[in-house]
Amino acid sequence: MTKLLTKHIHESGCETLNFYVAHGGYSALKKAFKMKPEEVMEEVKKASLRGRGGAGFPAGIKWSFVPKDSDKPKYLVVNADESEPGTFKDRLILEKMAHYLLEGIIISSYAVGIHHCYIYVRGEFWEPVKALQKALEEAYSRGYFGKNILGSGFDLECTIHRGAGAYICGEETGLLESLEGKPGRPRNKPPFPALIGAFGCPTVVNNVETIAYVPSIIELGAEKYLQMGPHQNNGGVKMYCISGHVKKPGVYELPMNTTLRQLIYDHAGGILGDRELKMVIPGGSSTPILMPDQIDVMMDFDELKKLGTFLGSAGTMIVAEGTDIVELAAVIAKFYAHESCGQCTPCREGTDWIYQLVLKIHAGEGTKADIDRILDICNNMKGQTICVLSDALADPMKSIVTKFRHEFEARVVDAA
Amino acid sequence: MSNERKFSPETEAQFQKLLTRYPTRLAALIPTLWLGQEEFGHLDRTALAYVAERLELPMSQVVNTCTFYTMFTPVARGKFHIELCTNVACWLRGCREIQQVVEDELGLKHKQTSADGMFTYEEVECLAACDKAPMCQVNGADTYNLTPESFRELIRGLKSKG
Repeated sequence: MTKLLTKHIHESGCETLNFYVAHGGYSALKKAFKMKPEEVMEEVKKASLRGRGGAGFPAGIKWSFVPKDSDKPKYLVVNADESEPGTFKDRLILEKMAHYLLEGIIISSYAVGIHHCYIYVRGEFWEPVKALQKALEEAYSRGYFGKNILGSGFDLECTIHRGAGAYICGEETGLLESLEGKPGRPRNKPPFPALIGAFGCPTVVNNVETIAYVPSIIELGAEKYLQMGPHQNNGGVKMYCISGHVKKPGVYELPMNTTLRQLIYDHAGGILGDRELKMVIPGGSSTPILMPDQIDVMMDFDELKKLGTFLGSAGTMIVAEGTDIVELAAVIAKFYAHESCGQCTPCREGTDWIYQLVLKIHAGEGTKADIDRILDICNNMKGQTICVLSDALADPMKSIVTKFRHEFEARVVDAA
Repeated sequence: MSNERKFSPETEAQFQKLLTRYPTRLAALIPTLWLGQEEFGHLDRTALAYVAERLELPMSQVVNTCTFYTMFTPVARGKFHIELCTNVACWLRGCREIQQVVEDELGLKHKQTSADGMFTYEEVECLAACDKAPMCQVNGADTYNLTPESFRELIRGLKSKG
């Protein structure tokens, strides 16, 4: 068995509370209420559930940073601002499996001593937010939210908060600014949200998928969850998104020792039109690319890091032979130039300079010096800013230009 | 159109409810802007002033937040708001051909509205449905796995509805 969240995904009515409860839903919550909050937190720690939004930080450890005896309220903020290009797993959870998320919210809040949760959903998610609203209303009506949940004495409110179009609000402190009603410009860290987060109060910010796995971990126990993916630091299963030039794009829930080759050829049916593989964007467009001779890597946080890239949000995009890499670079650069919040100069200017230079080369008007200029700008953008949006263009762009330099050189006016 | 702005009773009830969900009035700003945009169609100065007044916030703060977010519009959009994803996954699966159909059928470029007020066209970034690329949203409804033919049909269908 490798499926936890997606077991019933193709069955009709799977998004409803009745279906969820009939298939064992909300029983993990009852189990959790019989445990002490710290025991719940310990179980999640043991499961080494690493943040599925991109950073891979262990959720249980993040929770433990929240002060136990705070005189301020504490908040849980669920990041449903899924915007990393190539990522579409949270959409699926909201549309088809929202009760996994909601049950996870209650258990997580109980573990940390939180009484109000905000779910920050990206504004463009018109259909997913409708499904989530419906699920939340159902859950409220059956007493899973509100006062004295299931007679446990535990109270929890949950509010859905819609964004309004800004990639940067997926960055956790940008998200908190936005939740507070301000432009989503990321904050300097420290202080970290665990101490000063939403409304100046201790706050846990977790991705949708991370929280949605919490009920399964409590139900199975950390040990069993870990065994589903044999790596201690990369335990369990996760949702992989695969798109681009493959025959069967989609979300696949797999153990974390799955290789990229298995993901492409066994699960996603191989390359569209049986073309040759040209390159892979492994974890969303912010991650450095991999070449065809690197696809035997295991798709976990640590193994991808060894190859100089990241699992990120597991938004794997497959690029087949015959694709214009210079134009692809322009598509990527345009996104970051558009989405930079503008508060840090290296990012505000650098993302647009790179975009303009790639466009110039694509139009056949660039020079060899422009190629080096792109690399130079990348080097000067990295690590120079409040958040990592700047690095999120610099890293992949550097890898694309370095690995496909010949394609850029073939387009310049002073080509050999 | 009158310069007066006022929430309808239904919107007012939603507004009152959301005020109870946040510890600060400022946090209710983005949800209130949504209510305003849904009620008034777009958020011009008059609408923003109304939101500022209702939340007892300075106009500058309301404008500062509102203009940061791409989904809030200061001008009226067409009856059909077509948002086409042009990001990586949709590009890999042929969104350039779909862009061409917009050009051919509507003669619109990014962020333009047709003279008859029927269509507003916008090229947007990843909408997180990459397994069904290329895709677009029409007034918030997702349409997946577009081909030039299916997209042309979609536009012609909307034209006939107008």
